[in-house]
Amino acid sequence: MAGRLSTVGLRITHAIPVILGVVVVSFLLTRALPGDPAVYFAGAAADEQSIAEIRTALGLDKPLMEQFLIYAGDVITGNLGNSLSTGQPVLQDLANRLPASLELTLTALLLSCGIAIPLGVLAATRPGSAVDHLCRVLVTAGVSLPTFFTGVVLIYVFYYLLGIAPSPLGRLDFIYIEPDRVTGFYLIDAAIAGDWETWTGALKQLVLPATTLALFTLAPLARMTRAAMLSALSSDYIRTARAAGLTEDKVLFTYAFRNALLPVITTLGMVFSFTLGANVLVEKVFAWPGIGSYAVEALVVSDYAAVQGFVLAMALLFVALNLVIDLTYTLIDPRIGFETK
Amino acid sequence: MSLLSIKDLKVSFKTRRGDVDAVRGVSLEVAKGEVLGIVGESGSGKSVTSYALMRLLESNGRITGGALTYGGIDLRTVRESTMRDLRGREISMIFQNPRAALNPIRKVGHQIEDVLRRHAKATRSNARSEAIKALEAVRIRDAEARYNAYPFELSGGMCQRIVIALALACDPKLLIADEPTTGLDITTQKAVMDLIAELITERGMSAMVITHDLGLAAQYCGRIAVMKDGEVVEEGDAERLFAAPRHAYTRKLVDATPRAGASVRSLLPVDLRSPAPVLTPSEAPLLDVRDLVKTYQGKSGPVHAVKGISFTVKKGQSVGLVGESGCGKSTTSSILVRLADPTSGEILFNGEDLAKTPAKAFARDTRRSRIQMVFQDATDSFNPRHTARHSIGEPLARLTGLSGTHRRARIEELADLVGLPRPLLDRFPHQLSGGQKARVGIARAIAVDPDFLILDEPTAALDVSIQAIVLNLLVDLRARLGISYLFVSHDLHVVRLLCDHVIVMRDGEIVEEGPADKLMEMPAHPYTQELLAAAPAPPVLAEPASSAAE
Repeated sequence: MAGRLSTVGLRITHAIPVILGVVVVSFLLTRALPGDPAVYFAGAAADEQSIAEIRTALGLDKPLMEQFLIYAGDVITGNLGNSLSTGQPVLQDLANRLPASLELTLTALLLSCGIAIPLGVLAATRPGSAVDHLCRVLVTAGVSLPTFFTGVVLIYVFYYLLGIAPSPLGRLDFIYIEPDRVTGFYLIDAAIAGDWETWTGALKQLVLPATTLALFTLAPLARMTRAAMLSALSSDYIRTARAAGLTEDKVLFTYAFRNALLPVITTLGMVFSFTLGANVLVEKVFAWPGIGSYAVEALVVSDYAAVQGFVLAMALLFVALNLVIDLTYTLIDPRIGFETK
Repeated sequence: MSLLSIKDLKVSFKTRRGDVDAVRGVSLEVAKGEVLGIVGESGSGKSVTSYALMRLLESNGRITGGALTYGGIDLRTVRESTMRDLRGREISMIFQNPRAALNPIRKVGHQIEDVLRRHAKATRSNARSEAIKALEAVRIRDAEARYNAYPFELSGGMCQRIVIALALACDPKLLIADEPTTGLDITTQKAVMDLIAELITERGMSAMVITHDLGLAAQYCGRIAVMKDGEVVEEGDAERLFAAPRHAYTRKLVDATPRAGASVRSLLPVDLRSPAPVLTPSEAPLLDVRDLVKTYQGKSGPVHAVKGISFTVKKGQSVGLVGESGCGKSTTSSILVRLADPTSGEILFNGEDLAKTPAKAFARDTRRSRIQMVFQDATDSFNPRHTARHSIGEPLARLTGLSGTHRRARIEELADLVGLPRPLLDRFPHQLSGGQKARVGIARAIAVDPDFLILDEPTAALDVSIQAIVLNLLVDLRARLGISYLFVSHDLHVVRLLCDHVIVMRDGEIVEEGPADKLMEMPAHPYTQELLAAAPAPPVLAEPASSAAE
């Protein structure tokens, strides 16, 4: 156990240089963006002098090194600056929008794991069967259909034609009141407040975007589960287990599946970090107030503080995610942790 | 009445090139308390026979004919659920490669518990203690601690004990051992086989021991069936089979099995036994190793792989380097072939110290072509995308600058020299058999006319009849080309056939060295004696087979 704790400590210390690097790179990248925020915010009627005033007010006339030191100092104290376009502190914007993205992504991943993993297992145990072919079709469809397309199709069918889905406008229909903020996840907050009407409303809003995203993330997960299960099932220890007369369930789940989980978890981690940053298209289609669309809007207007804040938040999230994956690995696989000794 | 009866068993596999008949009408009987050995080379269908009777064939395999009866139960028609009850409780199996045969992420104790509870030999409350008893039954010391171990924390021999414990946990009446000791060290092999024999006698079980090693089968089995191409060619008492083999194939196998008192030519079929050429080594030293040390920086302190060894290889001499895994013989050979650097010590080759040139720079050194190596795994040591011609031509192109028709001619000359038919030169490694790959490996090593050749277990993965041919090829080549050999092996009998001088290593040190004959006849060091005693001895030359079934 002590070995595992020190492994965790080691992983965390490994993350520190990564985060420092992200701070530097995000700062430099935003400065390298084309466009001058001072010109943008001065408006169309501004003259040279007012632009210069705004530039001084934003601190953009100072040398790059000095700007960076000011920025780094602010980051340490937890001040990510104010967004130029929303006028709010970036930290507050992120705190509002990150839970929206997380709620969407997590629900989508739960949904896709719930389908992809059983599907992959079934396909692996019956290669060449109908389930196997279904798995193949779903995987191909999932990869080849872009999310904005599936999103629009789902809206067209379930909202426009059938009328069973609510209008795709954000996290909650205007007839409901936002639940008291505890976690920022509407489903959880509504459940805590015991407001089941709002809970249902939030769920209804969530179903279509989550399904869109799930269809997309289904493919890599199902593929990896199938491949990992196939290789686990053909290994020697499965033969030993069968020769010992263990039941098929025991062989399949305790012996094969637990071994097959390792690559599946790696894929899950990759898919998760990828979707979190890349679901901007889904957020746009469903008017979801997440951080993906926030970052894109900020980028368009050279909103330095917001972009930097976004990149930093994502980096921290990635580091945390990788840590969680590593820990899950050590829980499943006893061989890990000893190797790092 | 026999416990198990196999009648006219036929098994075929569906492959992309049509159906392949792996077993073609095999009939065998195993009586209560009997130990039957099934001996054959790769592809003889010996393992498939056992998988068929356990009904554990791969999904593309099918029993196409015959009858399988175990204690009055028809194993071919019985329901799958009944079959699962039989597996592990009535018939158990142990496998080769014990580490892979255990679930890598489950505690070994839990794996044994799974079997015990499946067959209702233990309940939730006493499973742990029963599992520990099963571990103690296979003479595992400190079984309580081992219960919590994972397979990767245990040695190969220990893993095989766990696999045996698992197989015997529910007191089966028939044990099938499929190459139970392949890949284990020779002393471990003896310990494991002795344990199996002891447990079989103790519990009055019947057993089927499947092996490629005729010597091993003769030592531990009462009766032996020899298989070839999916058929049983001969069956009989172990001693009779050795003393007077009736079938030509059995004769060939008996001959090809390295044993005390055999010469390298006597491994071959009678009609091929031309007198072996003799190369008398000169007194001049070719290679002089002085106080060679290799220390690795391990995670938990330094690892002393080689602890200051010194020896000499004379011009034209063939020296055998023998030891078990972890003794430092592979480290030594990779240092001598200059792929690794020693921590300290001198490697005097024709009087020049090779250790002064770092391994990285040695590839461009003019002396690179003087020392070459034949690698252990013939498959993995070839680029899978290069033809045999390409592989043999590579050192010629890099070290001799031979090109065009000259190189072509030299490659064909080499192919003739090692007995590789020229049309095979354009094949890829996966299109060649094990023996052919070994020939390509040898041709590649001698392509640049080296003075010194390091052979790292070149026949370890080959069937005995192929091994016999390759060993003879090596003897002929040495006499013809006057090359000195360092033959690295774990098998003293093989080393004796090929070497004038033998060095025995253990834990990075040389424990004994001397002329091959003297060392084999009168080993001075207890470890050499132990190694010699552990090698399976065919019955004609040693004490009569100790039949474990008695």
